Amino acid sequence: MSQHTETGATPMVEAIGVRKRFGQLEVLKGIDLTVANGEVMCLIGASGSGKSTFLRCINHLERLDGGSLRVQGRLVGFDERNGNLYELREKQIAAQRRDIGMVFQRFNLFPHMTAVQNVMEAPVQVRGDKPAAAKERAMELLARVGLADKAAVYPAMLSGGQQQRVAIARALAMDPKLMLFDEPTSALDPELVGEVLDVMRGLAQAGMTMVVVTHEMGFAREVGDSLVFMDGGVVVESGPPREVLANPQHQRTQAFLSKVL
Amino acid sequence: MATTASDEAALVAIPVRHYGRWVGAVVVLALLGALIYAFSQGQIDYSITRQFLTQDTIIRGMWNTLLISVLAQAMGIALGIIAAVMRKSKNPVTSGVSWLYIWFFRGTPVLLQLLIWYNLSLVFPTIWLPGLGSTPTNDVMTPFLAALLGLGINEGAYMAEIVRAGINSVDEGQTEAAHALGMSPARTMRRIILPQAMRVIIPPTGNEFINMLKTSSLAYIVQFQELTLSAQNIYSNNLAVVELLFTVAVWYLVLTSVFSVFQYYLERRYSRGSRNAAPQGLLSKVAGNLNFGRR
Repeated sequence: MSQHTETGATPMVEAIGVRKRFGQLEVLKGIDLTVANGEVMCLIGASGSGKSTFLRCINHLERLDGGSLRVQGRLVGFDERNGNLYELREKQIAAQRRDIGMVFQRFNLFPHMTAVQNVMEAPVQVRGDKPAAAKERAMELLARVGLADKAAVYPAMLSGGQQQRVAIARALAMDPKLMLFDEPTSALDPELVGEVLDVMRGLAQAGMTMVVVTHEMGFAREVGDSLVFMDGGVVVESGPPREVLANPQHQRTQAFLSKVL
Repeated sequence: MATTASDEAALVAIPVRHYGRWVGAVVVLALLGALIYAFSQGQIDYSITRQFLTQDTIIRGMWNTLLISVLAQAMGIALGIIAAVMRKSKNPVTSGVSWLYIWFFRGTPVLLQLLIWYNLSLVFPTIWLPGLGSTPTNDVMTPFLAALLGLGINEGAYMAEIVRAGINSVDEGQTEAAHALGMSPARTMRRIILPQAMRVIIPPTGNEFINMLKTSSLAYIVQFQELTLSAQNIYSNNLAVVELLFTVAVWYLVLTSVFSVFQYYLERRYSRGSRNAAPQGLLSKVAGNLNFGRR
């Protein structure tokens, strides 16, 4: 049933004809995408093109209205019975989300918790880890994003770049199979973008499967395995980043890239 | 007269003098002094006021006031959280019932509600209780219970609105981040939303409790032996009406002042992690308020 079976492995993400509407406005008009294990896919496009909405469908923060979306071969947020999709209960959806990490444009750290408490929260509360073990692991993750010395600091006292790195550590704490990044550097001052991209580059090199909505064309070219250009709720063009960026085939891709490059 | 550069370097900057403030202070102090003098010369025996401050009946009344206020406020907070969460429910029946509760109990006087609870036996002469079976309502609906239900359920309606405002003040992104980490909606509410909402909820709740300390005096109407009723019982015998009302006033001021200090530390605890968390101690804050001539 899956089309991408070069290696016979189930793809990490497989979207077939994903549709989503907000009221009268159809923001996704049938998205077909496949993300292989270990692949770093970058989604680009103008605001309103549907790229963030599609990303949010992958962990069911948005309920899709049609088509199917599978992560590791399992439908996200739904159960298929008698030719229909039935939405899962909140608890079942919560369980599915544990394997999918997400990083937000506005960080969304929990402001009433210190950096290390932010990272420990889900392992302790959701997975039931022992607090001592979770803290040890959280410290490792903070060290990995270069913030071991900020463990006891509240988010309000951290720079945007530091907050976003804590947010990445927080997502990694649940040992996700897949990481979703929703414009992770768009809310940052220009001089802070690099430190976040460095952490993401490290993750990619370690083999993490990542879907990244971004405006950082340099990152997409350098780190991405594939680049997808979306416009008006459809995938206009996709392929290896260097090819798409250097030699866009579609007129809409050319128009977009001429503005951002 | 010409000034040299070295003369200018020696100049001292003097802030503008607020002479009006001193005039205002003198006038206000004079009026206040006149008021105090009038009360000191009136037909009032302050030794009685002082003497009854530590009298047994008054002390018992004070503890009862504190007890009913704490219990009714706790009940109000619990009901308020339930009603606020119900109000946000997507189920129209659930949110409708919450709306009705708030509408009724905010829309009628608490004195009336106290009387209704107290006179419930007129509607239901007996009530059935688990474990006790059928019981005369009057045995169950003691002054204490009537006061607790009347004050607590009324308070819940006000707390519901305060809690709802607190929940609404928490950014939507917090819910999304918690959900993305695999937290269930209930856990998200308990671990992420409510602790942050507390920062917005606590200051008005402190005001509600201070109000409750005073509103609990209305429970005299259902014969609950709180501070005000205790004083009434005494002055209906010794006829030292105003003396005892002053005694009671002193106790209410003590209770509300002690709680105000407690509230300060509570607010500081729940503002942790916030940029405008108060780093200063209570005393330096008071000292800052007294810094009258210099700002």
